[in-house]
Amino acid sequence: MTALEIAAKLIGALLVFLTAPLIVGQIEHKAMAHMQSRLGPMYAGGFHGWAQLVADGVKFAQKETIVPARADRRVFELAPAVALLPYLFVLIVIPVGPQQSVHDLSVGVFFALAVVSIGVLGILMAGWASANKYSLLGGLRAGAQLMAYELPLVLAAASIAMAAGTLSLNGIAHAWRWWWLPYQGIGAVVFFVAALAELRRPPFDMPVADSELVFGPFTEYAGLRFALFVLAEYAGIVVFSALTAALFLGGWKGPFLEHQLGWLWLLIKTLLLSFVVIWIRVSYPRLREDQLQKFAWAGLVPAALVQVALTGVVKVAT
Amino acid sequence: MNVPGKGLAQGLGVTLKSMTKPSVTQEYPHQHPQLPPRTRGVIALFEENCTVCMLCARECPDWCIYIDSHKETQAPQTEGGRARVHNVLDRFAIDYSLCMYCGICVDVCPFDALFWSPEFEYAEHDILGLTHEREELREWMWTVPPPPAETHNAEPAKEIPS
Repeated sequence: MTALEIAAKLIGALLVFLTAPLIVGQIEHKAMAHMQSRLGPMYAGGFHGWAQLVADGVKFAQKETIVPARADRRVFELAPAVALLPYLFVLIVIPVGPQQSVHDLSVGVFFALAVVSIGVLGILMAGWASANKYSLLGGLRAGAQLMAYELPLVLAAASIAMAAGTLSLNGIAHAWRWWWLPYQGIGAVVFFVAALAELRRPPFDMPVADSELVFGPFTEYAGLRFALFVLAEYAGIVVFSALTAALFLGGWKGPFLEHQLGWLWLLIKTLLLSFVVIWIRVSYPRLREDQLQKFAWAGLVPAALVQVALTGVVKVAT
Repeated sequence: MNVPGKGLAQGLGVTLKSMTKPSVTQEYPHQHPQLPPRTRGVIALFEENCTVCMLCARECPDWCIYIDSHKETQAPQTEGGRARVHNVLDRFAIDYSLCMYCGICVDVCPFDALFWSPEFEYAEHDILGLTHEREELREWMWTVPPPPAETHNAEPAKEIPS
């Protein structure tokens, strides 16, 4: 691989990272509006408000950056970067074709899961450094949520890695067959739901519950830093949808032309899963903190263990 | 039968169904809203019918109707007849910054001089501008819709000669 090739791939990943969250954000605007019998943005950019998020970005960029007087300044300023960048790094290992990814890491699953967990560190930093009790409560809730939901996430990923016999994301996609849908179905659902919780998306948005915590860890943020947190949320949706697609839905596998159109199949699956994330947000109310913890420990972890046991039995039997 | 997760699936179904239906939003400044008949937008004055009986001004709960008038004597029509005195309306104004749109004046008017109009775009920059004089009130009369058609098989109105 030449340096030029690496640079081109990295720039490609960066472009996806900067555009895909905006597309998901726009889908959220429009899909959520229509699910609530509204129209959503209609004016920005002319055609059905397609430029609404661009306008939002311009607005955020114009706003003043405020750091509270008692805040831990350096940590407060760094937190958005820590929350956002891990999702960029995960894009490196996601395979977009049979031999195509920025870098085909042999421990891709391990890398992806380890790196996305760093994002929560940014939330904890924001919550602690804001010098605000609501921010702190939100940050700690985010931390507790990560503790609870990381386990089923890892167990579900472990099950699919066992079934494929490899930790490489590309290897898993190669080994994937259509009958893995029912075979790894519990794992897929557990992974997806745990990913929702990891992203603090509704119905697992207790850390930013606006009716009791103002806006949780992001309460004191304004302007561009706040926009980065929002971008991190949508980048997280893209990354977790892509991970779910790559692990449980065959990644770049499609009905035809896998070598040329692998990226397209992955994109379609990712957008479909992102739509489900939005759909779930519109449909369900927020879980209470204790319900949220109970759901993880008493619901998802046993289900993930059942899936691991099933995979183990099938692996040994065949 | 109580299947676990049935409620969750129903919730998803409701949102998906409303997504496929057309939305109920009316884009107001570009699209005029479809108002039902007898919408209480503004009160219009049909001043030809007004006899300055002052009932509306007296019944108004917050005294937002201003009426000034004077009397005019009409010369007798026939030889040896009596001169007639009648009221002439000088000013009829409604202060819409006070009006609470109760419609009592419309109900109480014995000569059908006050009507509800669906017109609602009369915002002003100054609160004094909300006191509308008889000229504007008369203009709104043109926006009053005809009364809704009678229901099928209804008794004909008493005013209509059979």
